[in-house]
Amino acid sequence: MTTDVLTPAAGGLACPAGDFVVDPLTATTTSVVTHAHADHARAVADVVHCSAEGAAVTRRRLGDAVKIIAHEWGERFQLGDAAVSLHPAGHIRGSAQVRVEVDGVTWVVSGDYKREEDPTCTPFEVVPCDVFVTEATFALPIYRWPSTAQVVEEIWSWWQANAAAGKCSMLFCYALGKAQRVLAGLRAHTDRSVFVHGAVSPLTEAYRDEGIQMLPTAPVGKERRSFAGELVVAPPSASRSTWMRRFGAVQTGFASGWMRVRGRRRGRGWDRGFVLSDHADWPGIVETVAATGARRVLAYHGRADLLVAYLRDRGVDAAPLAGSTGSRSMEED
Amino acid sequence: MRRFAALYDRLDRTNSTNDKVAAIVAYLAAAPAADAAWAVFFLSGERLPAPVKVREMTEWACDVCGVDAATFEVCYEEVGDRAETLALLLEAAPGRRDEGTWDPPLREVVELVVGLRSQDPAAQRAALTARWAQLALRELFVLNKVITGGFRVGVSKRLLVRALSQWSGIDTAVLFHRMMGAPIDSEARFRGLFDADSTDADRARPYPFFLASPVEGEVATLGEVADWQAEWKWDGIRGQLVARGGEVSLWSRGEELVTDSFPDIAGAAVGLPDGVVLDGEILAWRDGAPLPFASLQRRLGRKRVGKKTLADYPCTFLCYDLLEEGGADLRAAPLRARRARLEATAALVGFPVSEVVVAESWGALARLREQSRGRGVEGMMLKRLDSPYRTGRVRGDWWKWKVDPLELDAVLVYAQPGHGRRAGLHTDYTFAVWSEGELVPVAKAYTGLDNAEIRELDTWIRRNTTDKFGPVRQVAAEHVFELHFDSAQRSTRHKSGVALRFPRIARWRREREPQSANRLDDVLAMVGEPSGD
Repeated sequence: MTTDVLTPAAGGLACPAGDFVVDPLTATTTSVVTHAHADHARAVADVVHCSAEGAAVTRRRLGDAVKIIAHEWGERFQLGDAAVSLHPAGHIRGSAQVRVEVDGVTWVVSGDYKREEDPTCTPFEVVPCDVFVTEATFALPIYRWPSTAQVVEEIWSWWQANAAAGKCSMLFCYALGKAQRVLAGLRAHTDRSVFVHGAVSPLTEAYRDEGIQMLPTAPVGKERRSFAGELVVAPPSASRSTWMRRFGAVQTGFASGWMRVRGRRRGRGWDRGFVLSDHADWPGIVETVAATGARRVLAYHGRADLLVAYLRDRGVDAAPLAGSTGSRSMEED
Repeated sequence: MRRFAALYDRLDRTNSTNDKVAAIVAYLAAAPAADAAWAVFFLSGERLPAPVKVREMTEWACDVCGVDAATFEVCYEEVGDRAETLALLLEAAPGRRDEGTWDPPLREVVELVVGLRSQDPAAQRAALTARWAQLALRELFVLNKVITGGFRVGVSKRLLVRALSQWSGIDTAVLFHRMMGAPIDSEARFRGLFDADSTDADRARPYPFFLASPVEGEVATLGEVADWQAEWKWDGIRGQLVARGGEVSLWSRGEELVTDSFPDIAGAAVGLPDGVVLDGEILAWRDGAPLPFASLQRRLGRKRVGKKTLADYPCTFLCYDLLEEGGADLRAAPLRARRARLEATAALVGFPVSEVVVAESWGALARLREQSRGRGVEGMMLKRLDSPYRTGRVRGDWWKWKVDPLELDAVLVYAQPGHGRRAGLHTDYTFAVWSEGELVPVAKAYTGLDNAEIRELDTWIRRNTTDKFGPVRQVAAEHVFELHFDSAQRSTRHKSGVALRFPRIARWRREREPQSANRLDDVLAMVGEPSGD
């Protein structure tokens, strides 16, 4: 048996031939980072390779001490004996799939990805490969996403209905990626200004600096004012803090793929759930796996077992990625 | 159907009582009466008799979606609700083109589902498959729920009655009364709720129960002990016995007609004069003393009770209150007046009357309460002597004053995902104690942890599963919990030989080693040897 091009190590996927690790969580020399979410990008490597599109947010996440080398989509660069290139994953701005070729064998690590439209980042590109390492966060057949336009329309109607009732609309979502996707999508309905939590504000400005068109935003700030009729975008962690006290009558919503399941929403007490995910749904994963033409598929993050069984039934050489992290918490979408 | 599905969605989206009432009122204003009747039926928690085998329905739906049984189980575990799981799978199935092409009145959906009962499985399958193809997600959920039952959407009977009252202008007390008894399962029954003439009452209909609240703080703050009537708090099934027009009906507090399960009680009650309604407790009872609750359970849920069961588990009706006499509603009269007449009425048929516990002071009463466990009761009831018989759980006049619970430290050994709002989280726990070096399960508990603890424990459970049996995970014996329970009773149905009443989690004892948990002998020592068994 030939050695694998990539194997789990340092919390990520190590490439012995290239002496680098994809998305390491513990100390390493050289890393390739798929995207700037905290479960993929940590300041643990001396040198970080990432996409040019993602360089600004990655810099913001990792700080100035790290050496960042940015690459254009599809640009080939050599790390040891490995030829590496980055390809858009469509998850958040700058999110990349990592293509690694060693001795004529091609592996692609999907990182987190989605197939739905998103005006804030370059859409997913199918990269043919021998071995495809796919995420499986939502790899259950109950997960199928409605169209982004439909969900954004629902958010807009909800905001309007709350405003008519004199209430503040508090939309919780991931501060990096999801928040900006919503702010961009809402432009189809309005040009009103939206209030943003302190965790959302700088990332939104980083997106805006790169020319992403979004609704105007204002920080929630310290001074007392009425938020009746306003839309506020905040990370879910803020819902459990005293920060919430200033908004008066509030309707809460949560934008996440997890909201497809009623009990998930009710369990956390959100008034509304919006099914809006930055991960691939079940059909998205199944179609993508087929499109890559990969003869071998490794699944990581989430419900790897079920996807593996499904692919094996259909004659694909599939396995869960040994040592990969298990199911994710609800806030990671 | 779309209208009802939208109502369900609106109810599901809010935790505000006012919003829910407004949503129901808006629905009633828009829907035809024949549909509204069924909406009220489902919102009051009623279900149709099972029209198909749930297992078969699951198979048919899985076939439509191209999903195998194992995949369904994983999805079901994630969602925590079968009807919803099937709706999500069906909606996500490939190649759907007719979605949203069928929007029948709710009445027609009920007729479809009721009609399934008389069909063979092949015809049932064909009918359901055809309809599934035509429905969008929300409506798929409603159809599946109509079949499987259990629309849990946080609408209490009180809330529903408030909405019906707001919409119709009929007083809530009248509506409460009319809602009792047979479910609202027809347009005629629905319209009957709003009859202008309120002397109608169906002969069998009980009154809404007056429920007590737990005492908070010191009982002395309730005022003079002489203004209160203290009684033992029995652990049976609260009920009402209605004798009108030569018929006897026995109702449980859950508003279920249980006459057939208790022919001994109903038989004795035939001697009651016409127009009498008694409030009391259904108890397994022998020689003037209660039998354990488990004996009472042997009598429940049976259409017919055999001679042997009747002889082994005799039951009686312990009278608490007299709500109607000579056809006159006595509920507005003070308790002391009702009580005097109760004793005379009960004596006519030989039913026991709940003893009044007399004490000079609250302190003396508290000392008497210490006898509760020995007497096989849960504590005391405190009722203001001036109190009318109110409707529902109204605080102030009736209090339950339970004894402090028994305690035990036990080890978490199994966990299973919850349902509804606890879906996807392991919230059903099994606890064990030590016996000869092994852990023996003694209790299941669902309540007592806060949300943060539930999530933390869920994460730990997922990482420390040692074995899986379907949805049940066996976990490493590491965590100790303090459990509270009301009593321990011997049981042949449990491996441990003991059954705990109302076990609940008091606290997560992180500081304790599993070895320090209680032993089975400790639990057996807590069994209050029930008299007469």
